Amino acid sequence: MPYSFNIPSSKNQLRLMRKYVTEVLADHHVSEIETNMMVLAVDEVCANIIIHGHAGKDFEKVSLSIDFKTEGVQFEIIDYGHAFDIVNYEEPIIGELIKNKNKGGIGIMLVKKIMDSIEFQSTQNKNVLRLFKKVTFED
Amino acid sequence: MLTIDKQNENHFLLIHVSGEADASSSIHLDKAIRDAMDEGMPQILIDCTNLNYISSAGLGVFMSYIEEINQKSISFIIFGLSEKVLKVFGILGLDQLLTIKKDKEEAIETLNAV
Repeated sequence: MPYSFNIPSSKNQLRLMRKYVTEVLADHHVSEIETNMMVLAVDEVCANIIIHGHAGKDFEKVSLSIDFKTEGVQFEIIDYGHAFDIVNYEEPIIGELIKNKNKGGIGIMLVKKIMDSIEFQSTQNKNVLRLFKKVTFED
Repeated sequence: MLTIDKQNENHFLLIHVSGEADASSSIHLDKAIRDAMDEGMPQILIDCTNLNYISSAGLGVFMSYIEEINQKSISFIIFGLSEKVLKVFGILGLDQLLTIKKDKEEAIETLNAV
């Protein structure tokens, strides 16, 4: 059975989601470093959904489920806001961001570097994002 | 939650950053660095010993000052990163573009060597 968590759609509540994911991964003996990486990836996509997909509407629902596979961990994030296809998103060039003194633009880059596979499906108003990370579970 | 404390030491400004720098809190980190830059501080040390988490919003704050640090030849040194937070700086190679030292002692040695 996957673990599930309803994420409050407010960016100052994202720490509650991070705490939940950290605890679930710790229960499954995932190392602290790998846990932090996955928490970061999920945090980035959720922040993106809350800030851009929901345009500040705090009541919109975002749900997260975590499923442990033999070779790793799968995260599924479902929301009903504006679709944002991170798979086909063209990433900016980091050198350009630095030159232009940008503060944003690196969240999705981090997710793509951290995760081993990313799938996105959008049907009508429902967006489903699946992130998979290969993990060696500690004894 | 992110707590920022500023302290003027002999010849440098020390900014202590504690807690979690995420999408909602990183604005406070940005303000602290912006203020230090606007005051014309030539030597800025960022103590991250108690920084437990950083997301792209926090990394983005540091990233946005790289150009200004280089242009103005500011000594800007981050120290005290935990292994897990340092790894996050490394994902996009920002650990190579910022000066990062192990602890305060090493950071001060680096300042004195300039």
